[in-house]
Amino acid sequence: MCGNEALAEAAIIAGLDAYFGYPITPQNEIPAYMSKRMPEEGRVFLQCESELAAINMVFGASATGKRAMTTSSSPGISLMQEGISYLAGAELPSVIVNIMRGGPGLGNIAPSQGDYFQATRGGGHGDYRTIVLAPSSVQELADCMPLAFDLADQYRTPVLVIADGVLGQMMEPVTFNKKPRRKLPPKNWALTGAGDRKQNIVRSLWLKEGVVEQHNYDLQAKYKEIEKNEVLCEQYEVDDAEIAVVAYGIAARIVRGAVNKARQEGIKVGWIRPITLWPFPMEQIRKVAEDFKIFLTVELSCGQMVEDVKLAVAGKVPVLFYGRPGGGVPTIEQVLEKIRQLTLRPENVV
Amino acid sequence: MMQKVFTRPQSLKDRPTHYCPGCGHGIAHRLISETIDELGIRGRTIGIAPVGCAVLAYDYFDIDMVEVAHGRAPAVATGMKRTNPDKIIFSYQGDGDLAAIGTGEIIHAAHRGEQITVIFINNAVFGMTGGQMAPTTLLGQVTTTTPLGRDAEKQGYPLQVSELLALLPGTIYIERCSLHKPALIRNAKKAVKHAFQLQVDGAKGLSLVELLSPCPTAWRMTPAKAIEWMENEMIKVFPLGRLKG
Repeated sequence: MCGNEALAEAAIIAGLDAYFGYPITPQNEIPAYMSKRMPEEGRVFLQCESELAAINMVFGASATGKRAMTTSSSPGISLMQEGISYLAGAELPSVIVNIMRGGPGLGNIAPSQGDYFQATRGGGHGDYRTIVLAPSSVQELADCMPLAFDLADQYRTPVLVIADGVLGQMMEPVTFNKKPRRKLPPKNWALTGAGDRKQNIVRSLWLKEGVVEQHNYDLQAKYKEIEKNEVLCEQYEVDDAEIAVVAYGIAARIVRGAVNKARQEGIKVGWIRPITLWPFPMEQIRKVAEDFKIFLTVELSCGQMVEDVKLAVAGKVPVLFYGRPGGGVPTIEQVLEKIRQLTLRPENVV
Repeated sequence: MMQKVFTRPQSLKDRPTHYCPGCGHGIAHRLISETIDELGIRGRTIGIAPVGCAVLAYDYFDIDMVEVAHGRAPAVATGMKRTNPDKIIFSYQGDGDLAAIGTGEIIHAAHRGEQITVIFINNAVFGMTGGQMAPTTLLGQVTTTTPLGRDAEKQGYPLQVSELLALLPGTIYIERCSLHKPALIRNAKKAVKHAFQLQVDGAKGLSLVELLSPCPTAWRMTPAKAIEWMENEMIKVFPLGRLKG
């Protein structure tokens, strides 16, 4: 199964009630798959007139307590930012998948990780964050969909799953986990018709002085809770390592190959892979920063996550960057060469 | 023994509104609330408030409501109705919301024949932001952004959205009414009720009632003068009557 289809099936198994989307490459396998499978399950598939409409349809379905998602690629995700800000403000659970492509502008349709800032800093207007999951294999794409829906429902927040054209298109074997998951709070805030109970209102506007300020403090308290409980991060060959390479998503796959080769050459190098990009494994990296002589961050961008790595390392050791933007994909050999250079003169590279 | 013959609808809260003297929103709210009560659908109705003066409509309607981004109500309504076909979904949108920023959403919701009800308040101006030109502003009408009056060559013509939507096969009922005279208000009530009734009956398509509504504040008129202006000017550009269905 390709990554795009695997995540679609995983979402259906996770109880997706409605999918809304607009065509954009390289994620078109998702709406195609959904258009067939969702009606089979008696659920909603709708191709919308724009990404703006798609995210607002997600907003509508979510406001009634349903599990809703949309998928797109970078330019389409930019268009959704208004809606994501409203979802965050109104505290509506929702899942948004970004199969990233080269930018800025229309860019190209090649794989990219250029949307890290947009994904991890909120993306739209206002003080908010979205949980960001960054799988690095087709299996992990499938595994993170039920988690995304659970996190969204548990914390009443939009959750982004970000991958790239390679992960979306590549075929790998996948098994779907059908185990019961988190115990979730009831959606007693949902709009279902007032009937005998008190009116429910879903909103993000409060004009009275101080109310939005307090709402922001409440959101921040929730974000602190997420930071405390939900960080996911994988480490590999770090125990005796002098060099730590940090990468996520498809870049992590490439780096893993380079780390294996470097190990064969006797280079003491390990690998740290954030799975949640927000909350970022800040504490996890901070604690081990001084165990290494140097950090290298590898991304399919001009350097975005590297800023978080620097914040975590806090100047204790040098943090370097290697990346290729705009659809360029580093090869294992290129990353290996960077690792070799670090072993030669780490003190000279700043 | 006194008998109560007229009272507040259950779907409307007992509280004063923030609307200006002479504004039509209060009347429109009441017509919708009466309709919800009369059709007995309060327990399964969800309303969508726009961005504009009626953004706080949920402070007055005593029903489940959501407030959404400017112009996006028909998309939100689509998401709600598709996942909850048994619920009655209506959007309440002004002319800035529906005829300017939300043109794409209303046209496509209509074009898909979404089974929702749209109450479109046309007061020919952006009220909440202080009286700027709307797509529905009349030629010659002075607003804060057309200080010399709207000029067709520079700002285009008043947009007749209802006529536009009536052309689409996905709409089943479109009617334009006005709130500036008691007799017209009674007619508006019939139209609103019919539009909701169609959705209750499961009729296949979108129903919309456009309500011409006074905005004395943004028009810089007294309420009485505003009514006069609607009678003499506004209904010429936006003729009343059933456009479809």
